[in-house]
Amino acid sequence: MTVAVSIKNLQKRYGNTEAVKNVSFSVNSGEIFGLLGPNGAGKTTTIRCLTTLAKPDAGEIMISGISAIANPRLARQKIGYVAQEVALDKMLTGREMLQLQADLYHLKPKFAQPRIEQLINALGLQEYADNKTGTYSGGIRKRLDLAAGLLHQPEVLVLDEPSVGLDIESRFIFWDFLRELKKAGTTVLITSHYLEEIDALADRLAIIDQGIIISEGSPNELKDKIGGDRITLRIREFTSENEANNAKNLLVSLPFVTEVIINKAQGNSLNLVVTQGNNLSKIETSLTSLNLPIFSMSQSRPSLDDVYLAATGRTLIDAELAAAGSRDLKAEKKQQMK
Amino acid sequence: MTQIIAPEKVNLTFAPNQSDNFKSGVMAEFSQETLAMTKRLFIQLQRRPSTLIAGIIQPFMWLVLFGALFYNAPKGLFGNELNYAQFLAPGIIIFTAFSGALNAGLPVMFDREFGFLNRLLVAPLSTRYSIVAASTIYIIALTFIQTAVIVIASAFLGAGWPSLAGLGAIALIVFLIVLAVTALSLGLAFALPGHIELIAVIFVTNLPLLFASTALAPLNFMAGWLQIIASLNPLTYAIEPIRYLYLHSDWSINSVVMETPWGEFSFGNVLLILLAFAALILLTIQPLLKKRFA
Repeated sequence: MTVAVSIKNLQKRYGNTEAVKNVSFSVNSGEIFGLLGPNGAGKTTTIRCLTTLAKPDAGEIMISGISAIANPRLARQKIGYVAQEVALDKMLTGREMLQLQADLYHLKPKFAQPRIEQLINALGLQEYADNKTGTYSGGIRKRLDLAAGLLHQPEVLVLDEPSVGLDIESRFIFWDFLRELKKAGTTVLITSHYLEEIDALADRLAIIDQGIIISEGSPNELKDKIGGDRITLRIREFTSENEANNAKNLLVSLPFVTEVIINKAQGNSLNLVVTQGNNLSKIETSLTSLNLPIFSMSQSRPSLDDVYLAATGRTLIDAELAAAGSRDLKAEKKQQMK
Repeated sequence: MTQIIAPEKVNLTFAPNQSDNFKSGVMAEFSQETLAMTKRLFIQLQRRPSTLIAGIIQPFMWLVLFGALFYNAPKGLFGNELNYAQFLAPGIIIFTAFSGALNAGLPVMFDREFGFLNRLLVAPLSTRYSIVAASTIYIIALTFIQTAVIVIASAFLGAGWPSLAGLGAIALIVFLIVLAVTALSLGLAFALPGHIELIAVIFVTNLPLLFASTALAPLNFMAGWLQIIASLNPLTYAIEPIRYLYLHSDWSINSVVMETPWGEFSFGNVLLILLAFAALILLTIQPLLKKRFA
């Protein structure tokens, strides 16, 4: 299997902020690779280095064997880039935007024309192509941007948070399209802070947290690595702390339970880590002995969020909230302005 | 929104070795990308012509209002057998070209702020100077349209016509000053943090440079200190030769077109000075652009 993108020991700081401390991962040719992490983890900075928009302080970036640092122009030809914030010229029509893009990538007109039509059709943009992009909804803008990124038949398509600002329907359409692209042989690198997006799409993924890659593998590999099953238990719809504590004390003593966490944000529901197997009936029996009812209970394999939790000690949502408080949006905007 | 994407088994493939789909050669690439970016600016202008319309109305109003302001000035005040319309036209031509060029950086600044510039920077441009080239071509074309309108309007307001060769010389002078100032503005657009700062610079530069030049009044009207400033102002070196062209049908490269506290300048001299001014600015912005484009 050939490697399409290889990033080694990437570092990038902006002023006093170490946006990327140490990032290494590699993307195999023809796969969909996900870079998963909360906002502010360093995903966009990594992508900015990969797409040659930012110069890394240290590290190595290879795209199909070409160094993006030593040879940025050649690297740019290999990449199709769909940025997080779609920057379109609102005075141009979709078709004119694509034409501009084709010229920026030096496509010959006799190739560009049919290619533009092809992508307009493939992305269902026929009825919008001749309207000004200023009239587009978020989903249409994103589709046009995707068409623009694919015009020159890039070896690697890079999408930064493609689902942000997309309605659910457009999101599924987008996902299907990316799977089609993969079938056709394009390598796709996608960043996201949506677990389900990476879980649904990615053949392999890397989890990034605070500028460092904390694990890399296929979703199943990563889930198997942390092992066990997860049980979510609600005694009542809103359980009192007292009852939750009583239940916890009882449940930790069961031999197949390795960990119990009370989730205050979810009405004091209980999150259990258990060994694999059918454990629900045993839990039910134990709770009956304490005269505790069950509002809901479900057992599942670990999710990517559990993988993230195991590696960082917090859930992705908690990390999101923590990051939201400490982000300097102004400074981030500045980093993006070249 | 039930928009179904029907992949009609179009070729989404990255198919290797399709290099014959791409143009090659630095010149072919440079002209393709520059032309495309210039075309974008003209499409914007065509669909949003307010800048062009304002850019024509404003100098026209300058002509009419300043003309009326000095309408009853004693005859011969601005020179023998010279009416103020004749005196004023060259000043307004250069001032208009200057203002237009000074604003050249604004669209680039907005492209930076809205992230559109990133779209250009991730593309494998043959050189990123094509971004600068496209803006320059656009502004020069725009200024030529404005200049043509002012020349025509001035003729009707009593300034008369320069000779055909004179018009060519005006075009050359306008070109040089626009090239220099556009480069300066584009340099600022990459150096300053945002459009507020750029607009502030435009604000403090624009009118003061007009009043500190010979656009509205001749040197000998001015206080001694202003005479010195006006004689250093590049706009004066563009205005005076055009004024000469308006008044003399017979002129040559050696004609003395302006007098300053430090001597006389021939037509050839001022062209060299304008050329040097443009070269100086182009060199000055190099490090700025290099830093952004690295």
